Amino acid sequence: MIEGLNKIFESRVRLGIMSVLMVNDEIDFNSLKELLNVTDGNLASHIAGLEKNEYIKVIKEFVGKKPKTSFAATPSGKKAFQDHLTALENLLNQHN
Amino acid sequence: MAVKDPLPSYLFKKISKKFVILKIYLFTLQFKVLFNMENSKQHLEALSGIKDLMEKSTKFISLSGLSGVIAGITALIGAFIANLRIDYYLNTTFTKTRLEMYFSENLMEELTLELFIIATSVLVISVTFGILLTIRESKKNGQHIWGKNSKLLLLNLIVPLVAGGIFCLILIYHGLYVLVAPATLLFYGLALFNCGKYTLGEIKYLGILEIILGLVSAIFIGKGLLFWSIGFGVLHIVYGTLMHFKYNNKPQNAN
Repeated sequence: MIEGLNKIFESRVRLGIMSVLMVNDEIDFNSLKELLNVTDGNLASHIAGLEKNEYIKVIKEFVGKKPKTSFAATPSGKKAFQDHLTALENLLNQHN
Repeated sequence: MAVKDPLPSYLFKKISKKFVILKIYLFTLQFKVLFNMENSKQHLEALSGIKDLMEKSTKFISLSGLSGVIAGITALIGAFIANLRIDYYLNTTFTKTRLEMYFSENLMEELTLELFIIATSVLVISVTFGILLTIRESKKNGQHIWGKNSKLLLLNLIVPLVAGGIFCLILIYHGLYVLVAPATLLFYGLALFNCGKYTLGEIKYLGILEIILGLVSAIFIGKGLLFWSIGFGVLHIVYGTLMHFKYNNKPQNAN
């Protein structure tokens, strides 16, 4: 019934992660956590979901001796999100 | 005698079947409308949430409107004092004797120094208030005061401002005092316009107004203080007030 909407982006957190990654080349775990206002575990599980679908890629690097995890959207993730947004807009236009 | 069925049973069946279908149809329609309304509200919220997140993650949105108002008021007070001092010196210069003329060079230097002190105080006061209010605002928004976005904003603000500042010092060095006010307005406007990408976009319009004002004041030379009061005083107050009511009255979403 709802055409074009991506099931994966139904969660607020996953939608948020993708929104941030659409406009930022990459973002680290803590900044993302603060932006979305979620707990570590919650964010980690949603990230795992997106990574499994290859919508985002995980970048691990060392800053000095500290490991730092950042994320970036993959081209297919960007496209999927764009399609989801288009579908959302179409639905809204249809009803109004 | 058996009572005759008012409606033959087959007919009754037909009607009731139609009725049931109609009822079901109406029910689904109603449900659809309700569901769609609920849905489109949800979609609308999702879209605005996406927009907010995109802004918040790329722009430093915690510039306080109130700091603009304070900067404007300080600038107006500074301009008023500067005007009084200039008048005072002009009056003493016009009524002076030949002997006193000898010291006029000295008087001019004193006036320049005094104006410089006034300008610096205005700058220090408005920047201090700006920083304090911005810290308060960024705490409210949950945004880092010294994060990637505020650094980008500051860099884009500072490059045109430093260039303008040095240019003004060169103008003073050449004795071209009348061009200082237009140059400060022009470079300030360019700096603000440049910042539009890194903070609330409305700052661009303030930048454009400052640029126009700077150009106009370069035509009407000698009215520097007047244009300066409009640009740094009145425009800041108006802009700050507008931004304050546009963004501060709106309750920030916790999500």
